[in-house]
This record gives sequence, structure tokens and C-alpha cells, in this order.
Amino acid sequence: MTHAQKNEMPILASCRHDFPALQQEVNAHSLVYLDSAASAQQPSSVIDAIAHYQRHDHANVHRGVHTLSHRATDAYEGARDRIQSFINAEGRSEIVLTSGATESINLVAQSYCRPRLKAGDKILISQLEHHSNIVPWQIVCEQTGAELVVAAINKRGELDVDAFDALLTDDVCLVAIAHVSNALGTIVPIRDIIRNARSHDIPVLLDGAQGVPHMQIDVQELGCDFYAFSGHKMYGPTGVGALYGREALLDSMPPYQGGGDMILEVSFDGTTFNELPYKFEAGTPNISGVVGLGAAVDYLQSVGLPNIEKHEQQLLEYMTAKLEEVDGIRLIGTAADKASVQSFMVDDIHPHDLGTILDHQGVAIRTGHHCAMPVMDFFDVPGTARASLALYNNTDDIDRLVAAIIKARQIFT
Amino acid sequence: MMAVDINSSDEMRELYRELILDHARSPRHFGKLDDATHTAEGINPFCGDKLRLFVRLDDDEVIAAVKFEGSGCAISIASASLLTEMVTDMTVGQALDCFDAVTRRLTRPNYSNDSNDTIDLGKLRALDGVREFPSRVKCATLAWHALNSAIHGQSTTVSTE
Repeated sequence: MTHAQKNEMPILASCRHDFPALQQEVNAHSLVYLDSAASAQQPSSVIDAIAHYQRHDHANVHRGVHTLSHRATDAYEGARDRIQSFINAEGRSEIVLTSGATESINLVAQSYCRPRLKAGDKILISQLEHHSNIVPWQIVCEQTGAELVVAAINKRGELDVDAFDALLTDDVCLVAIAHVSNALGTIVPIRDIIRNARSHDIPVLLDGAQGVPHMQIDVQELGCDFYAFSGHKMYGPTGVGALYGREALLDSMPPYQGGGDMILEVSFDGTTFNELPYKFEAGTPNISGVVGLGAAVDYLQSVGLPNIEKHEQQLLEYMTAKLEEVDGIRLIGTAADKASVQSFMVDDIHPHDLGTILDHQGVAIRTGHHCAMPVMDFFDVPGTARASLALYNNTDDIDRLVAAIIKARQIFT
Repeated sequence: MMAVDINSSDEMRELYRELILDHARSPRHFGKLDDATHTAEGINPFCGDKLRLFVRLDDDEVIAAVKFEGSGCAISIASASLLTEMVTDMTVGQALDCFDAVTRRLTRPNYSNDSNDTIDLGKLRALDGVREFPSRVKCATLAWHALNSAIHGQSTTVSTE
């Protein structure tokens, strides 16, 4: 066996037991969860941290003099510190806590781009993007008369860096691009893109929702200007995420929303906005969610991103080899550099029929357009089946996937 | 390789019966009806199913012809194909009764008593398997909602969401 190695790294073999949701049967089969790119399961440590906060420490943050308010504030701000350290931001003021990557991107569209954009200016994205890295830019283009420019991909689902560079003209206000494609798993060559964009003084936003769970992120080393990500793709809860922004840029931006906590002083003559990052955190935040996100960061660091990356790359290689052996399968997204995500079609079976048959065998995959309709249009498919692997998956999961696909073919022939 | 699970296979074969697969692979009355008097589109955003139904009513309010085009999963295409066979030559009233009977049959929990039906749904009973799969009921009823919308002369797209 040269490709399909079954050997797993010992350190991750026990991680599966950390996830209570994986210890169940679905449709009389032990659950095989291959939909972590949509939402990853949570380890007990995250669930327990949220429960502990709710049971013992809950109060509003940043305002009370009483003990619980102090505890809640410490838990909330402690999570911010851990996130800062996790992605190696220079300062804690550069970590804005949001409801997720979607809100993070909308914040940049409305607070960074909208005041700057003039008719004829451009925002450059790629054909790989999730709708959350398309629609916010369409909205701000509509508001300002700017133009959304889309860089093409090739048949393997890779971005052509040379073609991308040709689009880096002086009227581009921002490059906004996925770090990892959610639909295809493509790892975008962001270092090349950032280097080239910087040579034109064009800031770069990375949609890191699919990047953070799979590899170590160092925003200073990358040199990006904004990095957006979500808690629930990285083993944390839904409804919480973060925006990293370089301090000089965040400082220059007006608030995104008005409300409590984002002000220093309010009178009917005017308002003095709070300092970073609170200027962008109006209203009582999702405190328990942030606590859970902090616990997810701790969990990822305890397992170790390099270990996770190695484990997932081995599994991806195994899955790709096994899927390629299935008659009638067509892999969609075959980039040379990929995270552990694989889209595919089987014969002419509609992805939703395939998803139902797999679910009946306890195998959970995602089917549909993956909120990336332009990607589906490019490959001329209504949608795909997608299996995405996380740190808790193993080769048995992939064997079950393949067996379930073979059974689906039997039903359809 | 895993042993074949007979029970699981049986339930899947109940959903994907031969009749359903036959109509999904070779949909009847597929294509555009150039002299349609009524038309409506149905979309199911969950699945991405998208159908357009064409109906030609004659002077006596009888469905003289019905065709459809579009793309979707096996359940939605088969249901649309079976619809075209079922409602051709029906009066509008009969077709609407049929719409009611099908949607009731597929959406009502624990529906089992055929004697409640005042009309014989015939081959459409092949769709019964979807009752066990709530996320797929919309696929099976999509074409029927489009028919209802077309007959009532609504030009808007109907969505099952």
C-alpha cells in the first residue's frame, strides 16, 4: 500500500472519544459524520465550558461591579486573548468578536469599503467563493457604484495566480478571497496573492472559515489585512466568530453598528465611540458562545494544528484513492493543494438522492450547492455530494462511505 | 466490505421503487408545450429542484395536454412525470382534487387508510415511501404545487420553502 495507508497517528486516534455526538447510532448504524465543513461537532470540553459559564458565571460583561459580572468579563476577554494568541495577532485590539465569518465580512464591506469606494472602483474576488464572500460585496458595490471583479478558476478548481495578478489594477480597493474553498477543498495560494496585492498597496481579506480548522494560522506571517472565521467550523458553537483586522485599518473605520458597549459617552449632541475592538461590538455579545469559542481554541491547541493537518492529509489521500476506485464516480475539485474536503458525483444519481441513501446507512454528507452556486455553474452540475473530514474521522469512516456509495449504485441500477 | 443490510436496503427500495426510477430516468411528457394556456414554475431551494409545468386547457376546462421541463432529484422528476400521466384528460376540478389527495397523502403523518381517498391515485401510490423522509416530501409535491399554481393562473414561481 503506497497511497492508501491505514496507519493513523496515535495522538488523534483517541480524539474521537472527546466528541459525544459521534457516539450514537443513526438509522441503526453507528454515525459516520462527514459534514464537518458545514458544521463540526463539539468536544466535551467546549460543551462543558459553555454549561459551566451558564450555570455559574453568567452576567453582563464590561459594566457590573458585582462578582458574576467580573467573572463573565474575564471569561469573555480571556477568550479574546486566546484567539489573539491562536492566530498570532499583534494585539488584542485587533480581534473583533462577531456572530461568525459572515458578519465579519459584512463588517469590512460596510465599514472599510463603503466609505472609501467610488463609482468605478473595484473589489476583486474569485470564482471559488462561498456566497458569504460574494453577496456582501455585491451589496456594497450596489451602494457605491463600484464593480465586483471575479477571478477565474481552472478545471481542477485551482486559482490561476497569473490571471489573478493581471486583475490587480490600481483601482482595486480590496482583494477578498477564500483561504480554503468550502465546496472543493482547494487551498488558495494566499501567500502569492498577498505578496502581489501588497506590491500594489491593495489590502487583502481572507475568508478563513475553512482555513482555521485545518492549519496553523499566523496572520502576521501571512501579512493579510483581515481574516474572518467562524466558531462552528472549528469545533466551537454556532453564532460566534471573529474578525482579525490590522489595527491601523480598524482604527480608520467607522463603527459597523450602533448600540451599547461600543461607546464611551453618549449625549443627544453626539457620541464618542469606544476604543478598539469595542467600537465594533455593539450590544450585549454572545458571551457563552465566545466562551465556547475560547474552549475550542484550547482544544485545537491541545491536539495541535500540525498533528491535525498531518492526520487529515493522510485521510484525504486515503479517501481520494478509495473514491477513485468506485465505478461511475466523478471527483469535483482536484486541486494539487487541498484541505480534507471532496466533492463528487456518482453516475447520474442526483446528489440529494445519494444523500438520502447514505443517511439511511448512518453516513452524513452534505449535498447541494454548498452556498457556492457559481462553483456549481462552473462545473455545470446542480450540486454535488461532499464529504469533509475532521480531526475525529478515521479510515473506517471512509470505508463506510465507500460501501454506502456502492449500495446506492445498486439501488439505482 | 460491509455485509449488506437487508432491512436498510428494503426501506430504500421502498423509496426508490422501480416505477419511480423508471419515471426518473425516462420522464414522460418531458419538454416544452408550445401551445400551453397555463404555465408555472416550481423550485425547491433545499434540493435545487427546478421544474416548469405547461398545461393546455380546452374550451371545456379539460386538461388536453400537460408537459414539464427542468431538473431535479429522482423523486421530483418521477412525481412530475407521474403527474402528467395522471391528469391528462382530467377536468380542472378533478385535477385539483388530485392535487389535494396527493398532498394530503404525502404530508399527513400516519396516513394509511386508502378508503379516505375519494379518488384512486393509482401509480402515484408509488410515492408513498417519501412519507418516511420528511426532507424529501417537498420533492414529491413540487410538481403538484406547480400544477395548482398554473391552473389558478398564478404566473409567479412557487417555492416549497
